[in-house]
Amino acid sequence: MRERFHQPSVLPGFGLTFGFTTFFLSALVLLPLAALVLMAGSMRWADFVRVVLSARALGSYRLSFGASFLAAVINLVFGFIIAWSLVRYEFPARKLVDALIDMPFALPTAVSGIALTTVFAQNGWLGRYLALAGIQVAYTWIGVTVALTLIGMPFMVRTLQPALAEVQRDLEDAAETLGAGRAYVLRRIILPTVLPAMLTGFTLAFARAVGEYGSVIFIAGNLPMKTEITPLLIVIHLQEFDYQGAAALGAVMLVMSFVVLLTINLIHAWGRRRVVATAR
Amino acid sequence: MAARVPVALRDELATRPGRDTMLAVLVRWVLIAVSLAFLASLLLAPLATVFAVAFEHGWRAYVETFADADTRDAVRLTLITAAVVVPLNTVFGLAASWCIAKFEFKGKSFLVTLIDLPLAVSPVISGMLFVLLFGLQGWFGEWLEDHGISIIFALPGIMLATMFVTFPYVARELIPLMQQLGNDEEEAAITMGAGAWITFFRVTLPKVRWGLIYGVILCNARAMGEFGAVSVVSGHIRGLTNTMPLHIEILYNEYNFVGAFAVASLLTLLALLTLTIKTLLERAGYQRR
Repeated sequence: MRERFHQPSVLPGFGLTFGFTTFFLSALVLLPLAALVLMAGSMRWADFVRVVLSARALGSYRLSFGASFLAAVINLVFGFIIAWSLVRYEFPARKLVDALIDMPFALPTAVSGIALTTVFAQNGWLGRYLALAGIQVAYTWIGVTVALTLIGMPFMVRTLQPALAEVQRDLEDAAETLGAGRAYVLRRIILPTVLPAMLTGFTLAFARAVGEYGSVIFIAGNLPMKTEITPLLIVIHLQEFDYQGAAALGAVMLVMSFVVLLTINLIHAWGRRRVVATAR
Repeated sequence: MAARVPVALRDELATRPGRDTMLAVLVRWVLIAVSLAFLASLLLAPLATVFAVAFEHGWRAYVETFADADTRDAVRLTLITAAVVVPLNTVFGLAASWCIAKFEFKGKSFLVTLIDLPLAVSPVISGMLFVLLFGLQGWFGEWLEDHGISIIFALPGIMLATMFVTFPYVARELIPLMQQLGNDEEEAAITMGAGAWITFFRVTLPKVRWGLIYGVILCNARAMGEFGAVSVVSGHIRGLTNTMPLHIEILYNEYNFVGAFAVASLLTLLALLTLTIKTLLERAGYQRR
């Protein structure tokens, strides 16, 4: 008899559910992924490099990755302040604010795109005051960053909240009674405890921002080399029926996503090791 | 504000040395003010704008948008797509979580990774995968063309892309939930002679019902609002392959702002409803894992 593929169990339904799950995933995920890999792989290396390293593509990477990084940094600061306020302080409408944090998850990206553009346009509610200061947000890289900040915000806040709730207040109290100032407590007790969560939130926000399309294309000017994000460049290739070019750029972005996922897993592993190390 | 603080916490705050110094109070209110200002400009202002612009010219103009045949077709297409995709993804979520949470087998982590994949991939790439498969110059393009079947720039493509983007939601909610709740009740039911389906419907389903509802409403919200992936496969044919988010884009690009924001207001209400149900489930004691 051959070795059993799965460990025996009293419960029924392994064959049915395993079969259905693998069939569904193969048809919906593996087959299309294979198409992408083969499409990009069927290109000559020189063509692949020409598409992936074209000036227009490089310009779009600069905007996509640069604005995503900047948005994640903004979220690192403000996400920490928001999570801290929600965990540590009581204020009117705290629960409502807490529930609204998930809004960018639930709101369709096209809606947040047109709404942000209207708010930050030259005659918009906020755009008109920024225009007085000489800052144009809509149709520039600043607008792209604003949209990506909104998209990434819930990832940072939701990752930080449980971590901040776990910070041992006894330690803070002890430090304070021993004469540590607030800044010292923040630097030596709070930040080290939540550092893995901050890095995870940062990576998640960054990863989501790099691939974001709907909320960005309305507020970006979509000028080649200047305000054109990589996902839009892929769409343009597809509209010109240049499937290979689109697949090549898609492959580059997929590799980036894998690197990001790998980074998150490494951070998790590092965070667990740190916890074990401090517990000893 | 003292009344809002739970008694235990208030006592703790009150007894903590150094808590109520001027500096502590100042820091607290500055941080709260910064949080609220950040959220107000980035979250609340856009939300309010949706309704402000939609009702710019009064109720009549708002309602007129929905008298338009193209808008109605867009709403209908979105509802049809969700009506097909959400139940299929629910069945998949139940099957996948049963398989992954209740059994030990080789390659399990690979399956879990595949389920997570759509969440890590750009929506544009999700849509493109299906164009590469079924598009005119894609793998099956010629064969489909010869047999007169259209998938890309047609309803099946929209459904496939939406399904790809939304299938993780139910499964990801149920897998950790089932793993944590364990198999004791199911094993008891089976050993006492209940059939497989009876056990599933009478034991497992009631156990995971809140998690299931949670996953389904998130899946539905995403399915109705998906833009990037659907935009790539749809072809934007008015009245035929135009979902609500795509219709918003068309109206907006035609400078029909009232129309665009009127359609957007429906999706915003859906998002608010989703968040409300989600919050109520959490208040009722459902804990996300």
